[in-house]
Amino acid sequence: MPGYYNTQHLTDFGKIADVQPELGKKFFDYYNSVFADGALTAREKSLIALAVAHAVQCPYCIDAYTQDCQQKGADFEQMTEALHVAVAIRGGASLVHGMQMRERVQKLGM
Amino acid sequence: MSVATATLQSVAEDLTNDRRTPRADKTLRRRCSPLSSTAQQLRVLAAVPLDEHSASIEFETLTGKLRPAELEVFQVNLGKLCNMTCRHCHVDAGPDRLDAVMSDEIIDQVIAAIGRTRAHTVDITGGAPELHPRFRNLVEAAVAAGKHVMDRCNLTVLLLPRNKGLIDWFAERKVEVVGSLPHFRRPNTDAQRGEGAFDRSIEAMRLLNAAGYGRGAPGRRLTLVSNPAGAFLGASQATAEREWRQSLEREHGVTFDRLFVLNNMPISRFLDWLQRSGNLEAYMQKLVQAFNPAAVAGLMCRNTLSVGWDGRLYDCDFNQMLDLEIALPDGPHISKFDEASWHARPIVTARHCFGCTAGAGSSCGGQTA
Repeated sequence: MPGYYNTQHLTDFGKIADVQPELGKKFFDYYNSVFADGALTAREKSLIALAVAHAVQCPYCIDAYTQDCQQKGADFEQMTEALHVAVAIRGGASLVHGMQMRERVQKLGM
Repeated sequence: MSVATATLQSVAEDLTNDRRTPRADKTLRRRCSPLSSTAQQLRVLAAVPLDEHSASIEFETLTGKLRPAELEVFQVNLGKLCNMTCRHCHVDAGPDRLDAVMSDEIIDQVIAAIGRTRAHTVDITGGAPELHPRFRNLVEAAVAAGKHVMDRCNLTVLLLPRNKGLIDWFAERKVEVVGSLPHFRRPNTDAQRGEGAFDRSIEAMRLLNAAGYGRGAPGRRLTLVSNPAGAFLGASQATAEREWRQSLEREHGVTFDRLFVLNNMPISRFLDWLQRSGNLEAYMQKLVQAFNPAAVAGLMCRNTLSVGWDGRLYDCDFNQMLDLEIALPDGPHISKFDEASWHARPIVTARHCFGCTAGAGSSCGGQTA
């Protein structure tokens, strides 16, 4: 095994359905439906996916959705804004937990 | 070409003195690039390592289905002279391309052929065709012959002082303006066409809108054409059209009638960019992998005749830029054009054709699948 992350994994992702193909098919059908044009456009969904990809720090997803965003007509500025949404939520999630600390400090301190 | 030559010199002077049109690049010809040779471009494309097995199967599918349909579009390329020098240009057009401009003699032959053809549309392209001294003459002749006329326009050319009044002149003749705008926002447009190109294009769209273009009136149709700003395929045309419409109206107060989304062809300056940016192999593989048999039926080579600035004939404007002449028994020249033998010809293909069959397909009329 060459390493934990390998770009070929992304190309070969579909092979995950070689075993238990019914489950694989259900997942990929669902996945494709999620990203189709709907109340949100495919471009908007791709930008959300790009932001989530950074939040979950998935290199496969970052590669895939960087390309997908470009192809769906999003530009670098829009993609960077989407990234900052993820950053803001991650940062905000840490910061808002500070309220727990604050409560405890106020309770225990003099 | 005595009359045209004198006027052409004044066009050239205007372009030399034009400081307002953005220019993204220099022509391959000016740079003395090896790729200014079409033979070299074909060699570079042929040398890209592709999955030969799948590529050959796909090409068989392509050529098997690729038969001429009815001749609908008579496309005339007036030459490579242009006020802009976009990075993706498949023509290698620019202000220095006075070497490739249609002569009076050829224009007269083109006008005579338009009088005889059954094609319903005359599609005029370049370079910037509006810079040609006999552009209006050609449009008048096509309108008089009862043809629908499309002007493939880079938009910024409409702002040049010499073209003042051209939009109203178009409107009087119901000429469809097919304007190039890579993207509905500034960054990708300027990256491809030069700093300031987006703002100049929006300014031109405002003038078009003021003349009644882009507001749903049948005789004043404004079509926009989008190209991806990089080594990826075009977005879905229907979705993109909705987003463009909303954004351009909200942000800039401009409207249009329809959007064509094209793929970039791996030839000329886009080929040069692909090579220099290290994207050539991956882009070609992407095109082959995205081969879509359903895109073949709507390809422009099936219903279009392409006439070059020197009167030579081709199956499309891309073949024209690679000097891949049409296969007609009387020879590939407008002076000998016979529509009956056009219907029986085999269509000439090479590797660049994967650009038109990839994804949702791509032709001068937008996506094909």
